[in-house]
Formats: sequence, structure tokens, C-alpha cells
Amino acid sequence: MSSLTAQVDDHAHDEQEHHHHKDTFVTKYIFSQDHKMIAKQYLIIGVLVMGFIGIAMSLLMRMQLAWPGEAFLVFDTFLGKWAPDGIMDADVYLALVTMHGTIMVFFVLTAGLSGTFSNLLIPLQIGARDMASGFLNMVSFWLFFVASVIMIISLFVEAGPAAAGWTIYPPLSALPMAQPGSGLGMTLWLSSMAIFIASSLLGSLNYIVTVINLRTKGMSMTRLPLTIWAFFVTAIIGVISFPVLLSAALMLIMDRSFGTSFFLSDIFIQGEVLHYQGGSPVLYEHLFWFLGHPEVYIVLLPALGITSEVMSTNARKPIFGYRAMVASILAIAFLSTIVWGHHMFISGMNPFLGSVFTFTTLLIAIPSAVKAFNYITTLWKGNLQLNPAMLFSIGLVSTFITGGLTGIILGDSTLDINVHDTYFVVAHFHLVMGISALYGLFAGVYHWFPIMFEGKMLNKNMGYIHFWVTAICAYGVFFPMHFVGMAGVPRRYYQNTAFPMFDELADVQILMTVFALIAGAAQLVFVANFIYSIFYGKIGPQNPWSSNTLEWTTPQKHVHGNWPGAIPEVHRWAYDYSKVDGDGEYIIPDQDFVPQHIPLQQDEEELNH
Amino acid sequence: MSTLLILVVLVLVAIAVWQLTKIFELSQVKKVNTQIATDKDNKYNGYMLFAFLVFIYGITIFSFAKYAKFLLPTAGSEHGAEVDNLMLVSMIIIFIVQTITQALLYYFGYKYKGEKGKKALFYADNDRLEFIWTIIPVIVLAGLILWGLYTWTNIMDINDEDDPLIVELYAQQFNWTARYAGDDNVLGGANVRLIDIDRVNVMGLDEADSYAFDDVIVKELHLPVGRKVNFKMRSQDVLHSAYMPHFRAQMNCVPGMTTEFSFTPIYTTEEMRQNSDVVDKVKRTNIIRAEKSLRTGEVLDPWEFDYILLCNKICGRSHYNMQMKIIVETEEEYTKWISEQTTFAETVFKDDEQPTFNTVDDVSMTE
Repeated sequence: MSSLTAQVDDHAHDEQEHHHHKDTFVTKYIFSQDHKMIAKQYLIIGVLVMGFIGIAMSLLMRMQLAWPGEAFLVFDTFLGKWAPDGIMDADVYLALVTMHGTIMVFFVLTAGLSGTFSNLLIPLQIGARDMASGFLNMVSFWLFFVASVIMIISLFVEAGPAAAGWTIYPPLSALPMAQPGSGLGMTLWLSSMAIFIASSLLGSLNYIVTVINLRTKGMSMTRLPLTIWAFFVTAIIGVISFPVLLSAALMLIMDRSFGTSFFLSDIFIQGEVLHYQGGSPVLYEHLFWFLGHPEVYIVLLPALGITSEVMSTNARKPIFGYRAMVASILAIAFLSTIVWGHHMFISGMNPFLGSVFTFTTLLIAIPSAVKAFNYITTLWKGNLQLNPAMLFSIGLVSTFITGGLTGIILGDSTLDINVHDTYFVVAHFHLVMGISALYGLFAGVYHWFPIMFEGKMLNKNMGYIHFWVTAICAYGVFFPMHFVGMAGVPRRYYQNTAFPMFDELADVQILMTVFALIAGAAQLVFVANFIYSIFYGKIGPQNPWSSNTLEWTTPQKHVHGNWPGAIPEVHRWAYDYSKVDGDGEYIIPDQDFVPQHIPLQQDEEELNH
Repeated sequence: MSTLLILVVLVLVAIAVWQLTKIFELSQVKKVNTQIATDKDNKYNGYMLFAFLVFIYGITIFSFAKYAKFLLPTAGSEHGAEVDNLMLVSMIIIFIVQTITQALLYYFGYKYKGEKGKKALFYADNDRLEFIWTIIPVIVLAGLILWGLYTWTNIMDINDEDDPLIVELYAQQFNWTARYAGDDNVLGGANVRLIDIDRVNVMGLDEADSYAFDDVIVKELHLPVGRKVNFKMRSQDVLHSAYMPHFRAQMNCVPGMTTEFSFTPIYTTEEMRQNSDVVDKVKRTNIIRAEKSLRTGEVLDPWEFDYILLCNKICGRSHYNMQMKIIVETEEEYTKWISEQTTFAETVFKDDEQPTFNTVDDVSMTE
């Protein structure tokens, strides 16, 4: 069997070599089937371009909230006719809310994060020449690209983009007369998302097949790095839940365009009764959140996987409780599909269902808590190399705890009654999935930049500035926000001036906005560092972080098929950091790590997997 | 407050400058130009991690000191006290866990900052530890779940015991309407298909249903103190959510179905205005409003506390201003008020000229 595998590998490699010479600009940089190039395409389109738009939108909203009704040149510049005399219009505020949510959740943190790191790391860390299907992988990216283009085009249609919130609950999203954004803007939103889902499914199926079939010799499932476990399980959740969103989107399209009544009934609007009869918006909510909640973990699990890897490497210690970590990922994945109803406690569904969902929701806190404790224990008695990636990983654990804990409030149906849809929720999910996932994303970019850009490294000092300013501002924005929510301020309000009871919160709003603006500026440091380093970054050592995983055994200069010779064979798990023999000496003298492809040494015991 | 803001900004600028000088210093002293953390990086960032822990505690204490007074005043409903107790206990648990775990995280980050030659401990697993921190959340969460579910079941048990007042809350873009069931305390049948604007049947009541005749349609919600109210909620166009934060009450209004919520108000508006937290809040708010009036020239009336119903589900352009005043009053005041209102029959079956509706609140939307 082993010789057969080796032959196949060599053959595959030969084939790759032939291809290599035929690369044109188009096949290398545009319609590339190489997973490393596709990863970079996702990073640049998904994270940098879409991320820039999404974050910029949030800053415009924050400015409106802090200084309601005031005129700003930036409003005039970017919003044009939707900001007459530089004063933001109420409809465009809702459009910004909607598009910020859509872009950040789906385009940046789903496609950008998974797309970049699943593509980059799955083949490299499991020891494969490429994805199972390079072609499908390419199609997946280009569908994502088309979805992004359509979503951006929707920003420019005459009546404005979708504005019904990123959850696009009907009837608001279904009836063009309910708000201007529910016209062509919503049609484009739905089309874009349908294509996005197709892209996501193709990508996910590819990841799953690759992880199951293409692991190198010796790479058993229990030797997989936790990154791969996270990407693998994320892909499975995606395959299970995204089709349900597609069905919801299709039904909504039918309600909108073909007069069906899946989600609509008994509507009187703008002086006339509509024909819809018998549908229910609550059905839509069920379908949406059947994806929507797993989606949170689709966003979060890859970030946690990246953190596991980065933290262990930089702590020079094995990740604590590898098996418990895998079990937690699986438990979270399973539970994530049966908790969606906690978004709907007060939607009008049967209160008994609310009880069930409270129960399952609070259960999911258990594996999450296990993960947090394991991260903390991983730091204990480590030799922490505080690289920017490590700081972002520590930051992730911090915001994951802070944001996760308030989930205990929101997951409790009784307590949810009064904080539902207030800024308490906004603070909660921004910390636990927004900021945490972004930290995971940044940790990954700092850590694996040399793999993506042929050995070049990001500037660490700019990385430190980026991290510290971001970390301070993230808490500065979202910690006080909990209080705003508990004061009863609803989310998605264009301004809070219609209620004197919120007047005294104006100062907090300004404070949060100032922090948000500084945080936004700090991201420019990252962008500058990123672009500069692509061209002028210092080439570092082949394995700069002294890491155990297979990607660091590849040559810095990219080759098709990843390894110029045979694929390395794996002999141990990925976390033999600071492992010592019976005499307290490192397994490999003077080296505190033992990469996965190093065979067991004499008298060495294989532990923990 | 603005000085405080400036201070915060100054601190941030100071940190940025400090970091910049540090970079400069590092790049001068260290000729080895590596992008991998050196012992010096580890040391500085280790200290920063500790400082950041102080910052997190700092912003927590600051927020509590400055913002705790913004929280909603004591609950105006019977079940509200239970919700608040559960909230308090959950919050205490959360804060204990938050304080401990953040301390461990950042303290370890600081304590074990890397040094060349230092040996990390190969510590891959410990079943007992894993068991402990699985079982502790299980127990704590089990307690919270049981308590939460018990309270939830009680709140959501909407029944006709204790002679509840039946009130319909009717939502539309972008205002609220309330309908009282009248002397028979039974709401007449209604459907949006029966809406007849010309006859001022704006809620689509069934004109053939005698239960509807004595229904009272109003734009301001009056509730007698101490009597259970069962709300039936409807929406005529898109989703809305009837959010009454002072009563710890909220329920979505869904077109095509009727949703329900029930609570018993325990303080009249007058009593609530005497509550010391509310008195302070009103005082603070009116100072802010007076200052703002001076600054902008736009005259803001002094505010007087009132219970309020807000829309809390995105519903379109004027979602941010979809509200209705709620007045909780004594039984006598309520009886007097309701007897002065015209009934549906009086409004609709009056054949002569355009019938007038009950007082329309001036806060309702114009847009």
C-alpha cells in the first residue's frame, strides 16, 4: 500500500511539473486551479476589498448614531443623493445596516475566512498536492466573485440596496411598497446570495472530500492539526445548513415575483389589501435561522482552529486537551444545528419551543467553556513567543469569553424578552463572532503570510500597533454598548432622539464612535503593512515560527503540487512542542519542536493521540 | 463627559506614541532585522498584556460607575421583578467568570512571556481538569436553565384567570393602535380584508360581529394598575415588535396571525414618576435637553417620565420613531377614561358626516 501511494504521488508530481511550464498569466493569476492562488484570491477579494467596504459602512453608521442629523462631508461624498446636504437619510441608514451585516457575515467572515485558510491550509497541512478538484475550487471562487460583484452593484441601483436587515425578514423584504430597498436592491441581494450559496457548497464539498481522501500516509484523523478539524467540521455544517437558506431565498423570490404566499398573509399596505393568504413570516424565520445560527459557528470555528494552531506553536507547548478540543468542535457543530430558535423566542412561535431552545442553547455553552479553559491552560507554563499572530489569538480568547458569557443572558428565553433586538445583542454578537472571528483571521494572516507570499513576512512592529490599537478600541466600542442595550435602546434605529429616555445616552454613543473611528484607522496600518510586505517584505527563514505542521516543509517558492519531491510521511501529531525524553532533554537536541514528518526517535513514546 | 472623552483619546494617543517610539528604539538598537518576536518583543508585549488586563478591568469599573444609572428603573410589572432577579444572578455569575478567566488569560500571557533558552512544560492532557471544567458549567447552567424555564413558563402561560383586561395592540407602518374589548371584554373579529378607510374601519373589524360594537379604538394605551392585561397583537403590513421595556415585555406582531403577551402593571405612571431613580433620570435628562436647546436653538420641551411602547423589529424608514404612550392609572381613573371614549359602533355606524376618532397622540408619525 505504501509503495503504491508513493508511486501515485510521484506520478502526480510529474504531471504537475509538465503543467507548470504551460502556465500563462491567465491560468496562473486569474483562472487558477492552484489552491494557494485561490486562497490569495479569496483573501484579497473577500477580506481586503469586501472587508474594507463592510467596515467603512459601519463607521458611517457610527457617525450617524453619535451625531444624529448632523451634516458630514463623508456622507455627502459616499452617499450622494441619500445624504442631502450631507445629512444621512433614514432609508440609507437601514441600507447600511443591512449591507454591513451581509457583507461582514457572509462575504468577509464566511467566504473570506474559510475561503482563504481552508484553501491554503487543507492541502498543505494534510499533505496533499492540491484540493480534490482544482476545477471545482476555481468555479467556487469565481461564483463567489460574481456574487460579490452583484452585491456591490446593488449598492448603486436607483432605489438603493436591500434595507430590511441582514436577516431580510418578510414581509418587509418581500414588498417593494414597504420600503424602497425591497425593490431591485432586494432582487439583487437574493440573486447574489443564491450564487454565494452555490459557491459555498462547491467549496465545502471540496474541503470535505479532500480531508477525507487526500491525507498523506500516517496522517490519521487523530493526527490532524486542529485547524483542519475546524475547517472540516465547518464545511460539514455549511453543507447541512446553506441549502436551507437557498430554499428560503427561492421561496422569497417566488413570493416576490410569482405571487406565491409562502411567507405572506393578510397584508394591507399603502391603502390596499394584497392577495397573499396563508403564509407565515415565522416559517421564514425558522428557515433563515436554521442556517443563520450554524452560520455563527461557520464564522467562528475556523477562527478557533487557527487560534489553536497559532497558540500552541507560539506557546511552544502542545495544545491542551487535543481530544477534548476535537470533541468540543464536534459537539458545537451538532448543537449549532438545533439552537436556531433562540433567535425567535418572541417571534410568536409556541412558547414551549422556546423552552426547548433555551435548553439546547445553554448546552452549547459547555463545549465553548471547555475550549476557553483549554486555551488558557495552553498558555500556562509556556514559553510564549508574542508574535502579532499570538497576540491576536490571545485577544480572540478574551473577546470569545466576554462575548460568549453574555450569550448566557440572551440564550435564556426569560431574559431575552427584555434585551431582544436591543444593543445588548449587538454588543454580544460583535464581540463573540465579529471581533473574535476577525482576530482569528488576522492571526492567520500574520502567521501564514510567509506561506502565501513565498517567504515574505509581515512587519511585526506594524503588527503590534495594529493589534494593540484594535484590541483597546474593540473593548472601547462594545463594552459600553451592553449598557446602552440594557437601557432599552433598540437596534436598527436611525437615531434615538425620538425618545427623551435615551437622551442621556448621547455621550456614550460619541465615546463608542470615537473608539470605532480609531479602530477603523488602525486597520489601515494593517492594509499598508499587507500591501508593502507583498512587494518589499523581508524573506524570513523557511519555518519562521518553528512550527510542526507540514506546510512549513514546502519550499518558499511556490510549486505546483506543493512538494517538489515525494509528499512527506507523517509520524506523529502536530503538537510535539517542547517534548522531552526521560532525561528531560528535547527529543531533537537543541530544538524545542518535532515536526510531524520526523519519525519517532529511539525510545520515544508516542503520546496523546 | 466631553473632558473624559478627550482624556480617553489622549491616553490612546499616548499609547500610540509610546509604541511608535518603542519601534523606533527597537529598530535602532537591534540590528538583526527579524520579523520574528525577539526576547525584547516578548518582554514589552508581555507587559502590555498585563496592562491590557488592567484596561479591561478599568473599562468595566468605569462603565459601571458611569453607565449603571442608565439601566431601566425597577420593573413596572409583576413578573418583571422575577426577570430582574434572574438577570442579576446571571450577571453576577458572568462577572465572576469574566474576572477570573480574563485574569488567568492575561496573567499567563505576561508571566510566561518567552525567553531564549526557557523550557515550556510539555503538558498535553489532564482528564481530571477537563472533567472539572466540564462539570462546573454543567451544574451552573443547569441551575440557570431550570430557573429560567420556570419563569418563562409562568410568563408565557397566558390564561383568562383573574378576569384579565383584553387589549389588542395593532401595528402598522409606522404607528400603533390599541383596541379595548369593551364592556363584554371580548374582542370582535377582525381581518385586514375588512378594512374600510372610508368608513374609518381602519383595523378591519367585522361590522357584522356584535362583539365588535363596543370595542374601543385608541391611540394611547391606558391600563388600570394591578389588573392583569392580556395583549393580543396584530400587524397589518410587516413584522413589528411591541417592546415595553419598563414592563419587561416584548412580543412580535406578525401579519397573518395573532400573538399574545400578558402582564400585570404594578405601579401607576404617577408612582413611577416618584421613583427616586426615575426622578434622577428625568432631572439629568432635562438638563441635557435644556443645554441642547440652547446650543441648537431647537426648542426641546422638558421631559416627563412615561411608560412607552416602542417598535423593536425593523419595519422600514420610520422604525426609529414608532411609539405609543402607555399610561398606568388607578382603576377609577381608568374607568372614567374608558367611559369617555367612543365605541366602534358609535364611530362606524354614525351615518352622518365624517366621524371623529378618539384623541390621536401627537407623537405618532408624520413621515
